[in-house]
Amino acid sequence: MSNPFYVPPEQLVKDRAEFARKGIGRGRAIVAMQYADGLLLLAENHSSTLFKISEIYDSIAFAGVGRFNEFELLRVAGIRHADLRGYMYARADVQAKALANAFAQTLGNIFTHEVKPYEVEVLVAELGGSAGEDRLYRVMYDGTLVEEVGTAAIGGPAEALSDYVRADHDPNQTFDEALKKAQAAFTEVQGSSPSDWEGAVLERGGERRAFRRLEL
Amino acid sequence: MRDLRDLAGVSAGGFGELLTAQGLTPQWNTVDQPGSFGAEATTVLALRYNSGVVMVGDRQATEGYNVAHREMEKVFQADEFSAVAISGTAGLAIEMIRLFHTELEHYEKIEGTRLSLEGKATFLARLVRQQLPLAMQGLVVVPLFAGYDREADTGRMYTFDVVGGRYEESLYGATGSGSREAKSFLRSAQEVDLDEAAALALAMDALVFASEQDVATAGPDIRRGIFPTLVVVDSDGFRAIDDAALRKLSTDSLERIR
Repeated sequence: MSNPFYVPPEQLVKDRAEFARKGIGRGRAIVAMQYADGLLLLAENHSSTLFKISEIYDSIAFAGVGRFNEFELLRVAGIRHADLRGYMYARADVQAKALANAFAQTLGNIFTHEVKPYEVEVLVAELGGSAGEDRLYRVMYDGTLVEEVGTAAIGGPAEALSDYVRADHDPNQTFDEALKKAQAAFTEVQGSSPSDWEGAVLERGGERRAFRRLEL
Repeated sequence: MRDLRDLAGVSAGGFGELLTAQGLTPQWNTVDQPGSFGAEATTVLALRYNSGVVMVGDRQATEGYNVAHREMEKVFQADEFSAVAISGTAGLAIEMIRLFHTELEHYEKIEGTRLSLEGKATFLARLVRQQLPLAMQGLVVVPLFAGYDREADTGRMYTFDVVGGRYEESLYGATGSGSREAKSFLRSAQEVDLDEAAALALAMDALVFASEQDVATAGPDIRRGIFPTLVVVDSDGFRAIDDAALRKLSTDSLERIR
């Protein structure tokens, strides 16, 4: 049996991170922000059936960028994780933090143990009883977990998008203002206005299942 | 924390198969002793009207000759466009409904589309069939399922038997110890083209009629303010009738059915 060449861990991590970033950079981004009655998630998407944003549980939404098959696997696993918990315990025991942690553990494992890291980033959004209880978790390709406040962006130009939506963010803005600002962020960062949007909201104070797709 | 890929690796079955794979399927060990078919002490019924279905169920749970609970719910929302009612052993029935409800929502989230009404009924029949060993010992669960079929633009309903047989009913369906009374009432009173208000009144009448004859079925309890659960499923979805309207429907029915 031949021994594999020694690769220093720094080099291994760097190569993998570069590979994953390149893959994610090719994809389109997603922006999330609070508004007075909930959370808005907006993406550019040319497909009307292959969604990047979807419902996980009553007040929890999922958004993924990068390779579709990879974040789809995470989405399905996330729904299974949430439904199993809710069934075993109670609906209130399904929380975004545990879910984001599970995504982080999984992506972290894949990053170090698999032949190829996943070229994805995911966002877990949870609607709270009030704006202060809303949660936004961003999970990166290597399992890094970041909690964002009020606004978040994932995908290729996430940094620039994030800077744009964070500036003068007002959690009490109306839905129309939020949508306009999120769309403007894409236009500003990409230099042109996308023609096909995919959007969804988690609406506060309404039904148990807060997730609703937008017709844009 | 377990790796989510363990969950993603489960073959693409529904929530029930996921539970099995995780070793979480609800299990009741059976005893090696033959029982008799227990009483399904209740009355739940559904009837079709010109733009949907209504479903009604009494609120009483019994233990032998005792009233165990006066405010039990036996009619549930299954999803946005369907309702399910139970008769039989309460503990088993409630667990069955919880699993049914979770499965429908699970399917909808994973697939991005709802199961067809017939698909939901077929799945429920499978849950009933899984209970057969317990049913043979007397722990019977028989549900009643009704909903709005958005493809066919009509209300539809299904009754079941203990072995998991699924039967579509065209005008009305009922299950429980008072179902015979309720059905004979409906057989004589049902009209073809009922509107919603008439359907609600008729459903309440049938339940009151059954409660007069069947001791295990409770009619409206005006004194305590406990009314039968009455729900509507039409093209706008599931809707429960509120207490104020129930009080009026109950009082009117008690006046008519003597």
